[in-house]
Formats: sequence, C-alpha cells, structure tokens
Amino acid sequence: MKIIAKDRNGKETEIEGRDGWTIMEMLRDAGLPITAECGGACACATCHVYIDDGWYERLPKPSDGEVDMLDMALAVQPNSRLSCQITCSQELDGIKVTLAPE
Amino acid sequence: MSEPVETDVVIVGAGPIGLFAVFELGLLDLKAHLVDILDRPGGQCTELYPEKPIYDIPGLPIVTGQQLVDRLMDQIRPFGAAFHFGEMASGLTRQDDGRWKLKTDAGTEIVAHVVVIAAGAGSFVPKRPPVPGIEPYEGKSVHYSVRKMEAFRGKDVLIAGGGDSALDWTLNLAPIAKSLTLVHHRDGFRAAQHSVNQMRELVAEKKIQFHVASVKALHGEGGHLKSVTLQGHDKREWQHPVDHFLPFFGLTIKLGPIAEFGLNLHENLIQVDTARFESETPGIFGIGDIITYPGKLKLILSGFHEAALMAQAAFHICRPNEKLRFQYTTSSSNLQKKLGVS
Repeated sequence: MKIIAKDRNGKETEIEGRDGWTIMEMLRDAGLPITAECGGACACATCHVYIDDGWYERLPKPSDGEVDMLDMALAVQPNSRLSCQITCSQELDGIKVTLAPE
Repeated sequence: MSEPVETDVVIVGAGPIGLFAVFELGLLDLKAHLVDILDRPGGQCTELYPEKPIYDIPGLPIVTGQQLVDRLMDQIRPFGAAFHFGEMASGLTRQDDGRWKLKTDAGTEIVAHVVVIAAGAGSFVPKRPPVPGIEPYEGKSVHYSVRKMEAFRGKDVLIAGGGDSALDWTLNLAPIAKSLTLVHHRDGFRAAQHSVNQMRELVAEKKIQFHVASVKALHGEGGHLKSVTLQGHDKREWQHPVDHFLPFFGLTIKLGPIAEFGLNLHENLIQVDTARFESETPGIFGIGDIITYPGKLKLILSGFHEAALMAQAAFHICRPNEKLRFQYTTSSSNLQKKLGVS
C-alpha cells in the first residue's frame, strides 16, 4: 500500500506502507519530521496528522483514548488523527496525510 | 544564595536510566545527586506512559512504566541519593580544581567530580501553541502555568485546552477574573467529569464563556495582549478582548540548556565511547536515549548496561588513588552490606 504524506512545507512524499505497522512508524521510517515522543502508546499527541481528501471518513473511528489524547494536540481540525493509532492495510492504499504543525 | 552542595556524581535526569545509575554508582560507594525538571522520578515512563505495559525488561515479562520506576526507587533506596525535582539543569562550568559545577534554574549549585547526562530526549516543557508571534508575549501575557492567581484579578482571561489543567484553572480563576473564556477544539473534554460539569454550570449561569474555537492570532504591543483572533469550526473568525492567555496543551520534550553545555552534539545526541560512556569532554558522561554510538538502541535495557560501565569509569575519576575491585551482589558480603540485606 502507498501513503501520500505531505510535510509542513507542503512537500509530498510517497511512502510504502507495511501491513500491520502504523502510519506513524512509516512516516518516521521515511525520515519525515514526526516527533512521536511516546513511541506509539497514544500518550503524547506528537504524531498528529490531518487525514486528507475524504480518507478521514473511510478510517475506523478513533478510540475514546485517542479522542481524549487529541485534546493535548495543537491546531486540531475535524480531520485530525494520531498517526500511531492508524494501522496500514490494503484498504488504506493511497491514503493522504499531512503533518500537523508543532 | 546557599552554598553549593558537594557530591561525587551529579546526574541530569531522573528517568529509569538515571535512577539505575544511582544503583551502579552506589555499589562503588559513589554518592549521587539527581536533577529533574519534573516533580517526580521516572521521566518519560511516568510522564508519558505510566499505565502502559513494557515487555522488554529482562526478568520482568510485563511491567508498567510506573511499576518499573517504583521498583527502581526501591532498588536504589539504600544509597540515599538526593533528588532535586522541579529544577532544570541550566548551566555547567568547570572549576579550577577540575570538578564541575552544575547550576539549576532554581539557583541550586552542585559541585561534583563527574557529571552524567541521562536526560533522555531533553526537558519536559509546556507545548507552545502554533500561533505566529507568540514568543514576545510569553511571561507577560501568555502563561503556561499559574504562579500567582492574584495576577489575574480583574483581567480578561482566555484559557485554551481540554485537559485537567485547562478545566481546573478555568474553575479557579473564574471568580477572580473580570471575564473568563475557555476555548477548545471540540465540545468534549478529557478532563475529570466533575470539573467539566462545574464548568458547564458556570457557562449556564453566564459567569464564563465557552467556545469551540482555536486561537489564530494575537494582537497587542510590548508583550501585552489586547485581543486575540478566534476561529470557530465553521472557519468564522472574530476578535476577543484578552489581557492574559493561558494555553494548556500538556508537555513536550525539548533538548533545552544541555545544548549549551559545550558538548559536541550530533543531531542533538551526545557522542560517547562505548567502553566508558564518556563524552568527548572528560568527566562528562552520557547514558540512555540522549547518547549515540555505533549500534545504539534506544532501549531501557541498553541504558542499564551503559550506566554500569559509566560507573566503573566514574570511580577512577572520583577515587583516583583507590583500586576498584569488581564484585558480585550474589557473593560479596561487602556489597550486601551496602544494600542492607546482610
């Protein structure tokens, strides 16, 4: 599967996503500047992304824990998610994400 | 100012690795002081994931961040380390006698033969909202904590956030402020439910305002706010008069003053040798996530190993005229005495 990731300067990168891994891990592997302080424990809100182009609605709903943790994120929008809580799968092939400001 | 305290080793960072360093140093009769910006031990383990299970600590198939820190605190209790919590290591200088003097932002001065940087990814500091030009207002009109409530008496106060800090300060400052407005990105809160209920009562009584909105721009001069631009979810923007703005979005990690300690940093990491875990500056050691070397893994177990080797090297600096005899805790009555078990 492919992930289309846009950095904070608007530059798009196409990343290969591995099934079962999280989007956060793929962004980090690709060298994008995502902090992900807690390492994927849904405990810090520093892997905050916006899900673009209608992909937000196609994702499974965020857990209560993720919605709560988004309260600690900055510049939250209706299409905000924590990328450590989204698992790569073939259904998400072509998903578009934008790194949120820090 | 009080006299500097003197010790063998000063450790910057009271996370799991800094704590275990106390143990390894203690077995060698080296005393330690620890400095940490947080108000309790554990670093990321207790600040970020106290309830999350960790599965890769040798001998502990499953342990939470808080449990691991509690156990480490038990383990190092015999060695009587001194903790300086809520203080940030802010400066490091070498004295004429070759020892180091570490200063904290609270004015504490610690003189030691050896400095151990076990600072993880750096200091936990409040998250700064991505509002352009916020820096000049910080400390005057923008505050990440409340020191004196009286400073807000009779003022127009704006609070942003949805956690316990945001709600607690909304409730505490509401009776004092001239006006109080809470903004949050959704009409739901992670804060304790009873605080949320109290806040909603105040809104219903028109004593405070709540808006689903975010702060887009700050307006004022000389560091003093006059108003902010708020934006609702429908992208509608409006001006709101504000004297003080209190954003509460939790903590994030920044390297902080360690960058100015004169160490040779590589991408914000301290390069060390893997025999001593000493930086390129003799007497300054590094252990845990803050260091780099070929093959480095950011694992707690790796940090424990690094602490053990660091302690051996630190001994020779602290006790240049003594011989170091390697002993096992299983068989050495000398070590068992130090541990208080024999």
